[in-house]
Amino acid sequence: MPIDIGERLRGLPTGSAVALKLDPREYADHYFAVLNATLRDLGSETNAHTIYVAVTNPAAFVWSLAQALDVPMDRISFVDAISHIMMNYSNPLPNATYVESPRALEEIMLRVEYLLRKFPHPRSTVVIDSVNSLAIHNPPELLSEFFHILLNNLKSRSVLTLVLETSEEEATGVEQMLNLVVDETIDVARGGR
Amino acid sequence: MAAATDLPRCATGIDGLDNILGGGIPRGNMVLVAGSVGTGKTTLSLEFLVRGAERGERSLFISVTEASSKLIQNLSTFEFFRRDLIDQGSLVFVDLPVIYERLGLGKEELTAEEIDILIRTIRDMVRALDAKRLVLDSLTSVCYRIRRDEQIRDFMLRLGQELNAVGCTSLLVSEIGPNPGRYSMHGVEEAIVDGVILLWNTRRLGDILRVVQIVKMRGTAHSRAQYVLELTPIGILMAPHLKGGREGGT
Repeated sequence: MPIDIGERLRGLPTGSAVALKLDPREYADHYFAVLNATLRDLGSETNAHTIYVAVTNPAAFVWSLAQALDVPMDRISFVDAISHIMMNYSNPLPNATYVESPRALEEIMLRVEYLLRKFPHPRSTVVIDSVNSLAIHNPPELLSEFFHILLNNLKSRSVLTLVLETSEEEATGVEQMLNLVVDETIDVARGGR
Repeated sequence: MAAATDLPRCATGIDGLDNILGGGIPRGNMVLVAGSVGTGKTTLSLEFLVRGAERGERSLFISVTEASSKLIQNLSTFEFFRRDLIDQGSLVFVDLPVIYERLGLGKEELTAEEIDILIRTIRDMVRALDAKRLVLDSLTSVCYRIRRDEQIRDFMLRLGQELNAVGCTSLLVSEIGPNPGRYSMHGVEEAIVDGVILLWNTRRLGDILRVVQIVKMRGTAHSRAQYVLELTPIGILMAPHLKGGREGGT
């Protein structure tokens, strides 16, 4: 079971970019464990602000899980890039900013930048959920460029970046691309090792 | 001779823009801000003035087409706007149609004498206020009343000289069509100015992106790359325009 993700994350140098690899066969368990480790454990210990880039599930869904974990609203902001194209934008969250499409990669970068400026903190965390969802909507070259620029920018500002990735045993093109831009991969299926 | 990078700068206060300009616009430059509708020309110009006023540089906005009261109303939706800057006289709005009326410049086409009066009036306002930043929104609207190319050229040359002489950095808003190819309505304006900041909308996979590019800026080395621009409540933010290995990224 994924028991030491939080510990692994706490031990990382500031400005690290990490891929969190989830097994699709145990997705629900792994996803909840990751939220627990990132939003609750890491967030409460460092009192940091988390910017959650929601591409797989709408911010409202992630926020409902975060509430179940007792994450305070002032500790998390969302960049929601999926609700618009799901036609699910009628009740926007007060702590979310909405991007019209997951294809608007520059806009996602700029909303992250906006939230970092709006909520400055020496130990901010950015969670991108997920590289697979972004890959559905964007050509690989564009996505590589996006991650290269965004992660380097966040690294230079000492922001911890966590990129969620769902993958099988065989390395996919997305996984190979991600390996080029992250500092470390934590395999949630293997207990964070 | 001083290197270009040694020229005093007028920091726009918009981080992304100052980064690609190597610290800001060379002080006293007259810059064309060219773009089609909805590309952020007026917002960029207003932020330039607000950031200047915050730094203690008196800033003057000359509005030609839109009433100042409406502009201020729109501006107040941005978190970077401070009404106290207007109250204390650091940020000044002037409606050019009111000036036209006072000066008796009511005719559709301005004569050479009337153009001269207009230049002197703007110069006198800048001097009286000791303004260090000026925005004319829009130059296109002024040029509708100056029909001949040589008169437009003369108007801009003289205005540029007057503003440069008092160290006033100016942005002249130029309205153009949706397909960039020229930077002004008459095609003579871009040759006179010291700089051109071009804004346009582009499409990628059906989505519209606002893009900005510095086409020209005398007195400084600058990026010529394209950047995507976003008008956020805290001001304009810029990010590199992703290409994905393709020209135009579309």
